[in-house]
Amino acid sequence: MEINLIIGLSTLAIIKAAPLVFGALCGLLGERSGVINIGIEGMMLISAFTTFLGSALFNQWTGGIFPTNLSLLVGLFCGITSGALIAALHAVLSIHYKIDQVISGTVINLLAVGLTNYIANVYIDPTHLSGVGVFPTIPIPILSDIPIIGPILFSHQPMIYLMFIMVIFMQYLVFHTPMGLRMRSVGEHPRSADTVGIDVNKTRYVNVILGGVFAGLGGAIMVLESVGRFQKLMTSGRGFIALAALIFGGWTSTGALGSALLFGFSEALGVRLQFGDLNHVKVIVIVSGLVILGLGIFLLIKKIIEKEISIKKFISISILIVLGSIIMIGSNYVKFPTFSIPIEFLGLLPYLLTIFVLAGFVRRAKGPAAAGIPYEKQ
Amino acid sequence: MDNLLNKLNPIKNIYISVIVPILAIFTALILSSVVIILSGSNPLLAYLALAEGAFGNLNNWIETILKTTPLIIGGLGVALAFRGGLFNIGVEGQIFVGSIASVIIGTTLKAPAIIHIPLTLLAGVIAGAVWAAIPGYLKAKFGAHEVITTIMTNYIATRIITWSIGMNGPLRKTTSFVPETNSLLETARLPIMISDTRLHIGIVIALILAIVVYILLFRTTLGIEIRTVGLNITAAKYCGIKVNRNIVLTMAISGGLAGLAGAIQVMGLPPYNFTAGFNVGYGFDSLAVAVLGNINPIGVVFSAFLFGAMDSGARLMQLRAKVPVDMITILQGLILMFVAANQIIRGIYRIQIQDKKADKVNLSQGWGGGSK
Amino acid sequence: MKNNNIEPILKIENITKKFPGVLANDRICFELYPQEIHCLLGENGAGKSTLMNIIYGLYTQDEGKIYVKGEEVDIKNPNDALGLGIGMVHQHFMLIPVMTVTENLMLGQEKTTGLRLGQLSKLDRSTVSKELRELATKYGLSLNPNAYIEDLSVGEEQRVEILKVLYKGAEILILDEPTAVLTPQETDEFFNILRMLVKQGKSIIFITHKLKEVLTIADRITVLRNGKTVGTTTPNETNMHELAEMMVGREVLLNIEKGQPDPKEKVLEVSDLFVMDNRKLNVVNGVSFFIRAGEIYGIAGVQGNGQKELVETLTGLRKSIRGHVKLLGDDVTNDNARSLTLTGIAHVPEDRQKHGLVMGFSIDLNLILQTYFQSPFSKFGFINLDSIQENATQLVKKFDIRTPSINTPVMNLSGGNQQKVIIARELNRPIHLLVVNQPTRGLDVGSIEFIHRQIVDARDKGVAVLLVSAELDEILSLSDRIGVMFNGKIVSEMNSSEADKTTLGYYMAGLTREKIVT
Repeated sequence: MEINLIIGLSTLAIIKAAPLVFGALCGLLGERSGVINIGIEGMMLISAFTTFLGSALFNQWTGGIFPTNLSLLVGLFCGITSGALIAALHAVLSIHYKIDQVISGTVINLLAVGLTNYIANVYIDPTHLSGVGVFPTIPIPILSDIPIIGPILFSHQPMIYLMFIMVIFMQYLVFHTPMGLRMRSVGEHPRSADTVGIDVNKTRYVNVILGGVFAGLGGAIMVLESVGRFQKLMTSGRGFIALAALIFGGWTSTGALGSALLFGFSEALGVRLQFGDLNHVKVIVIVSGLVILGLGIFLLIKKIIEKEISIKKFISISILIVLGSIIMIGSNYVKFPTFSIPIEFLGLLPYLLTIFVLAGFVRRAKGPAAAGIPYEKQ
Repeated sequence: MDNLLNKLNPIKNIYISVIVPILAIFTALILSSVVIILSGSNPLLAYLALAEGAFGNLNNWIETILKTTPLIIGGLGVALAFRGGLFNIGVEGQIFVGSIASVIIGTTLKAPAIIHIPLTLLAGVIAGAVWAAIPGYLKAKFGAHEVITTIMTNYIATRIITWSIGMNGPLRKTTSFVPETNSLLETARLPIMISDTRLHIGIVIALILAIVVYILLFRTTLGIEIRTVGLNITAAKYCGIKVNRNIVLTMAISGGLAGLAGAIQVMGLPPYNFTAGFNVGYGFDSLAVAVLGNINPIGVVFSAFLFGAMDSGARLMQLRAKVPVDMITILQGLILMFVAANQIIRGIYRIQIQDKKADKVNLSQGWGGGSK
Repeated sequence: MKNNNIEPILKIENITKKFPGVLANDRICFELYPQEIHCLLGENGAGKSTLMNIIYGLYTQDEGKIYVKGEEVDIKNPNDALGLGIGMVHQHFMLIPVMTVTENLMLGQEKTTGLRLGQLSKLDRSTVSKELRELATKYGLSLNPNAYIEDLSVGEEQRVEILKVLYKGAEILILDEPTAVLTPQETDEFFNILRMLVKQGKSIIFITHKLKEVLTIADRITVLRNGKTVGTTTPNETNMHELAEMMVGREVLLNIEKGQPDPKEKVLEVSDLFVMDNRKLNVVNGVSFFIRAGEIYGIAGVQGNGQKELVETLTGLRKSIRGHVKLLGDDVTNDNARSLTLTGIAHVPEDRQKHGLVMGFSIDLNLILQTYFQSPFSKFGFINLDSIQENATQLVKKFDIRTPSINTPVMNLSGGNQQKVIIARELNRPIHLLVVNQPTRGLDVGSIEFIHRQIVDARDKGVAVLLVSAELDEILSLSDRIGVMFNGKIVSEMNSSEADKTTLGYYMAGLTREKIVT
């Protein structure tokens, strides 16, 4: 029974993490090139909105002769485009008009809420515009039959696979390509980049707009693979949590994936515990054990890929893995008090976690040195 | 020549502080009318209804004033935080917390009005101050950027309060079918200024506070410290200012103002209790008001009045021109954008004056990145 | 000594550049011959950097022409300049700390390997590292291409900057104040590198304001003043006084006139002080010294040997982990900045804009930043505008601060006047110890003279002065006693009468007494 619980939670955690990962990648592209983007929330909201509108209207106007997946793809295209356009607005405000980037992001969040609510009230609700559905789950042959890991990793809707691919691709792009090198130079020391002939502002424009594409994906996936339609204010802070995930992950895409999974777990936990069939305390303990175990495995894989394994680190990673396993297995044999946490409090987990992460990890993490400062060519 | 330019300086400043925002509002109205037309309504009808709803008769005026009151106080809170280099988006949650605190003191304490009212107001202040001091402390001690932490505290406050007035919540009015609290005792309600109307003394409190905040910022040593930390945190350290203490104190005062706004809302408006959906949105509105008012207490009063008028007239606009009240949020977002990027306005209307934003506070500093 | 048979490799004709309120370059004419070291001399603000930025493509001239190898060229950006073989080594290094040497030098012209995917191809770090190693050996610069810039010393960073322009194929090298961060011995080594580069065919423009260096290294010298060319000469035909006069336009006191010091009781006593920097490394390693009332103690040393952290500790901005600081006999170890101010310590910080002033505040407010909480400036927490303004009016007059009014934001003042505001603020209260850190960095000669005068006057009034400066001339000129700081320790102390540049240079580089004597 526990195995199914873990599989279910982990799968749900990945699904919940996906919008955060995309959001974090948006933030990554921006911040690495020196532009802070706190408007990710607004971008995701608008993207979710246009995704829904695009797919639903396309379906309606073509009378349903095309398969739903085509409508969904149209919606996806709309979402990505809207994300890029809003990002372009943020770029123009921050780079050309040199507004404080935090204010610029807030303007976007305000406008996003106002516009989506307005149009939803005026058009979507009265016409009872209905969603077209969601992308189907596409299990990868053979891989999805592996016990435990199979259902967790290889039995998802397509955009989840896209997410994993993008994480790997972005890691390559940022650290192993000229584009990434130039992006980072512009974010760390723009004047140096300028003196070797790199167009600082153009680089920032390109990266911010590209980031908008990712924000678009983040909003789109919420509609196309979860809810199937648009609800007002449906992002409920995910754009900000994505930023926290980015910081916690050390401004790398793999780090963002890891921390997004952490947040995903907290959200999945909150959702799953609402069904009154489980002992809350026991589940929390199991999940904590799972997280510790997962952290250990994650670190192990990371060290192996980076080819640096020192004895000391290996010992501490092993301790993590062993501890996690003990907690998870041992929880079967311990009697836990029955103590139900109210639903509202369960939903608090991601937000508390965000605060905890920011308080504990910001100082130690060093972000791009020139982030937030508009570049002035003298 | 230099002397002439210096004489023109104050005129130039007023020009920028007044003309540009007016043009920003005008441009935002034009852009919004495009949206209105596209959704099938008549913008002229809508704006006329908006104006009438705000100023058409005595009752409408009073509603405008009632809507302005919390915006002034919240706007002052945000502006003060800005001056201290802090971005307090947590006003939303701090207002809620202040409201709830005033409900608790206002429903349980038994005292004559002359004691009960100040105590209830104080409860709102303290609750808001503490709620804001938490992100303040996290910023001072750990460098956690207050934008994210305050937004998180907003969500946390909303959830906790929703629970507290929910089905099994401790503050729920037991005889009600909707999530709401008990009403405040008579002794905790704000007195009315014009009999048989809804106009309570909150506006007087708000205006007095505007003066107080102005004096605080520009005529006290604390104000110097807050502004120094906001403009140059390193120089502040070099001058012996206790920066960490200052950050927490600034957030606390800012939150205290927001909490007070929340308390006034509960204590001034029937049915004198707290329900779900109460005061939603005042947080971001305060933000827009502060920026529009050039983070100056006097500017805040004027821009709060503008926003209050818009909020109050929106109902009539929805009724007559069928334009949903969310249009106001769009308007406010556009105004904020144009004011913040006033170069856009200056470009459109060809206003030539080059202003050196000497007192521009950089909020993006200390994002947690880079070596400082 | 013009050689009429050889074409100049670079010729500047009537270059003019205006910025709001200042004519930075006014019809400047200048010629650089192949394989020569040509020094461009001028004080801060004379227009040297502007001219070089125009040549390097970071600015565009308003008027005037540039000729490279006889042909007129249009340099719109650094890429154009690099294409013409012009490379610039900046005064403030243009290197990215979190990247390696290889990555920094690849930037902009990245070599890639594998699939041709344009900007998405894979970076070829190993090939470039190899190339850099070879190039470095060729020019005698020792470097590890895989080192991160933030781990390098200042001297090593400079070598990376030089390697950068060589790697990009520069024939004409522009060096902007390169010796500002070097010890005298490192400067000698640096000059040897320059001579080697010239032998290998390079031509060099060397920008500086240091007269002695110019006479040592230059083949020819051009002096700029207030944006105009004053004249071109050679070391043989001129001397320091003449050059100084050309630079400033009037007779210049090269050394300040000061009387004998009359030191009294010990004001500052530092014993066995240990301080850590932000990376938790020991950067002050057991420093002990004292300063008496009425004397100037100068700390000489290359930047980065712990001076910054020492000054921060003495002024309450950083905590020490061991050791004691005594002021007039009272233990003030690890007291905070405010308390030290009240005890009588004044601080003129290293970076006037970042540390010493609030740019957005007016002059009168900046003048009371250390004392606003005391009467008469405030009472019961409320400030007294009248006394603040009166104070400002007085000080502006006394210190000759050039400003339209006391309400002008300090960001509108020149560098020299900004520094005067800080000095006025710090000297205008009863103090026992004055700490000045790089007091005249980036200032014109007039301001430098004024500030040196203020420091000596303070000394004569009985103040103990701690002077920290990277300019050895300033240390030698002002100090009564000198301490040399190296690797976090005071490695040598002497009276200024016994000190000379060479000896100080040896100590600054870490050599010990025995090694120097032999």
